Amino acid sequence: MPSNLAPDIAPAPAVVIPRNIKQIVLSAFVILVALAILVSIFGNERFGWRVIGAYLFSTIILSGIANTLLLTLICMIAGTLLGAVIALMKLSASPPLQWIATVYTWIFRGVPLLVLLLFFFNLAALFPQLELGMPGSPPLITLNANEIISPFTAAFLALSLHESAYMAEIIRSGIVAVAKGQSEAAHALGMKPLKVTQRIIFPQAMRLIVPPTANQVITMLKSTSLVSVLALSDLLYSAQIVYSQNYQVIPLLAVATIWYLVLVSILTWIQSRVERVFNRGYGEKRRSHKKVSQRPSNESKNQPAINEEEANA
Amino acid sequence: MPEVNNPETVIELKRITKSFPTKNFERLVVLDDMSLNIKRGEVVCVIGPSGSGKSTMLRCINRLETLDSGEIRVLGEYVGYKEVNGSMELLSEKATAQQRQRLGMVFQQFNLFPHLTVLQNIIEAPTVVNGVHRKEATKVALELLAKVGLTSKADAYPGELSGGQQQRVAIARALAMNPEVMLFDEPTSALDPELVGEVLRVMTDLAKAGMTMIVVTHEMQFAREVADRVVIMDKAKIIEDGTPEEVFENPRSPRTREFLARVSGTNGKA
Repeated sequence: MPSNLAPDIAPAPAVVIPRNIKQIVLSAFVILVALAILVSIFGNERFGWRVIGAYLFSTIILSGIANTLLLTLICMIAGTLLGAVIALMKLSASPPLQWIATVYTWIFRGVPLLVLLLFFFNLAALFPQLELGMPGSPPLITLNANEIISPFTAAFLALSLHESAYMAEIIRSGIVAVAKGQSEAAHALGMKPLKVTQRIIFPQAMRLIVPPTANQVITMLKSTSLVSVLALSDLLYSAQIVYSQNYQVIPLLAVATIWYLVLVSILTWIQSRVERVFNRGYGEKRRSHKKVSQRPSNESKNQPAINEEEANA
Repeated sequence: MPEVNNPETVIELKRITKSFPTKNFERLVVLDDMSLNIKRGEVVCVIGPSGSGKSTMLRCINRLETLDSGEIRVLGEYVGYKEVNGSMELLSEKATAQQRQRLGMVFQQFNLFPHLTVLQNIIEAPTVVNGVHRKEATKVALELLAKVGLTSKADAYPGELSGGQQQRVAIARALAMNPEVMLFDEPTSALDPELVGEVLRVMTDLAKAGMTMIVVTHEMQFAREVADRVVIMDKAKIIEDGTPEEVFENPRSPRTREFLARVSGTNGKA
């Protein structure tokens, strides 16, 4: 009986991967269709490429972009902060806080954003006077709802509250997903609860929180276009103002579309960079950039551990 | 080897009882009126069938679990409790933090912090808890890494290491807080068989250096060769407590004999 370890004289057969003809044909077809679509878009006079060119960088459109970005930024920040509070309430040991958080998310996730926007815009009809103070005593501050509920504040409130309900769920699930052993290990090392949360739980939760949050930013950017119903001059409403005067509806919608795509592309790129930062220690094997100054310089980095053990023994 | 002429009691478990609620609203008793004293420099291996309360006992010592009754003293003091009118009152996690530093703990699942490098894992607690300067903590950490044979992995992340390497880092991390006692909760149970040896070697070195250790383990050979005392637990109670020779060669209770026979039958290590 021949040994399994005996050298095999004959050459091992080579593996040949067959060319996939179907793939090639399909690729060619897709390229052809794509070309046809591009020709029909760029060859179509009615797209009004000259008009698009004229308005792409016009002042009114650029200020619309500024408003869209501003709204996205502040609503995202407010929504995240509020969402974090709601998440912590939901995770707290106190039942009343849990109930409040549950009802809050139920309402602001359940009501469509457009309805919420219109509701806040018409808040004055519901509460003409906004009063701040203890119940039963004269109010400390009285505000006229008609004066403070501008399109901008209505948009800010609706978008932030809507966002906070989603962010609360994202943050809560991120915190819950960090293994229990992590906080146990940190506690066993003598770390105080606040430090455990700050330095051990939170950084790990961030890894799970950041990618969906970046998605929320992109959704928020697009959702801000809904504020055009409140005549708030965001990117879309600015385009609408222009086409209501010159009737170039399609070219101006194209201008808005181009900008939305550009902004979303930039955000997507940022998202991928941020994710990479928070994935430290989880991804494929990689070299660390940081060097430890005190380490002996003659030591080889990739020396197997077992050699060291033998040297130590 | 233990300092025979200094038999100071480091850990004192007095009549501790611990139970967990079960699904049908009963209570499962995992520690039943149990007492145990550990002296300075002693290496005590705690063995026994799973579910006998070994790990819970260990976790009660640094108050990862709270007691139902009884008292535990570490170097004469409570950890996570204070005495009020003759009973033990539970302290907050915040107040407990400081007292836990005397106890180093090594977990079955390593529990290294995955977002930090090996070095950062080790210097985290000294810098954050004790305010040790980063440079000083790094120096100590590298000495500890040399001790566990992992100097070259200082900048690696835990996810890049084998289980055995991770557990050795976890030991170094616990040692960085300069504990008086080390608690090992089945440190080799999650490891591939070929990686068990490297962890046990580090633990043997630690025992030889005079560290007081409580080791919950299934490694009979380690218990035989390294332990000063072997404690066998079964059904929430200690059923055997003595030197390895006494326990392994002349067990008093038939349950111990039964357990030892079963263990030696399955893994052949006893």
